[in-house]
Amino acid sequence: MTPPRRDPGRDRGLVRPYVVTDGRAYPTRNTFDLVTLVMAHGDRPLGGLSPEKRRLMDLCLGGALSVAEVSGHLMLPVSVVKVLLGDLVDSGHITTRSPIPSAQLPEAQLLQEVLDGLRARL
Amino acid sequence: MDSALASDGAVYLRHSVRTAAKLLVVGHFAVGKTTFVGTLSEIRPLRTEETMTQAGAHLDDLAGTESKTTTTVAMDFGRLTLSDSLVLYLFGAPGQKRFTRLWQDMTRGALGALVLADTRRLEQSFDVMGLLEEHGLPYAVAVNHFDGAPVHPEEEIREALDLLPETPLVTCDARDRVSSTRALISLVEYLQTRTAQEYA
Repeated sequence: MTPPRRDPGRDRGLVRPYVVTDGRAYPTRNTFDLVTLVMAHGDRPLGGLSPEKRRLMDLCLGGALSVAEVSGHLMLPVSVVKVLLGDLVDSGHITTRSPIPSAQLPEAQLLQEVLDGLRARL
Repeated sequence: MDSALASDGAVYLRHSVRTAAKLLVVGHFAVGKTTFVGTLSEIRPLRTEETMTQAGAHLDDLAGTESKTTTTVAMDFGRLTLSDSLVLYLFGAPGQKRFTRLWQDMTRGALGALVLADTRRLEQSFDVMGLLEEHGLPYAVAVNHFDGAPVHPEEEIREALDLLPETPLVTCDARDRVSSTRALISLVEYLQTRTAQEYA
């Protein structure tokens, strides 16, 4: 039941992923998980941002999303999105919320909340 | 297409969401991972791709030549808002052993995994169960019911999959929301008992 593959040439244009990141394979900070929640600041100037960062900001200005969702919507590999997000955090355009708030929420409590939420859906 | 998504508020998280939990849905090719994720997800399931450069699977150490190949690995994922403050992400991922970096990324911060299995191809589940054990991620097994597939007694399936006595084994229909939700509940209940033991 895998959905039909998209034509990568059409979706991604002609630009290779590492051109988008100025040749960098790793972000400036190693704090992004697939489910790190990212939020854009609407009061930051968008001029001067690369087209991909503009697209990322356009998407994220609508509301909070996970890193994986940003990657899926923009159709860019996760590694590329992490590099872009690192830059945007550095420049103050984006803030993140860690996915593993172990200090505030012990795993036992998190599991109980997940369980409660799933049972409520039955 | 992207601008339509961006203007559609339904894809965004509620403002009150503070925590994101992650569970993996894994299994061999065509076992129903995408269907399972799609059945439960409140958003249209998304696909994220990662380009991997890795040493080829057939390298010849003696000759000292490493062949490198570039592969695109896709993960389908979905989202369930479980409460005002909590959202659950389900990642459906391939079970191939060679995607080490993808597995590191996927398992980081994951609470556990649901292994989907097909009674017609049980032996194909070993790779993925081995990977989970390598990464120390606890799992439950859900036999996905396929029309016309043989139905075996639970004991036989346990034996065929070489499951530990405590590993939950359930059946589900990945096309059915209630059945798939129950399978996830079995997994999370199991994770709870493990956490309770760790702190006992």
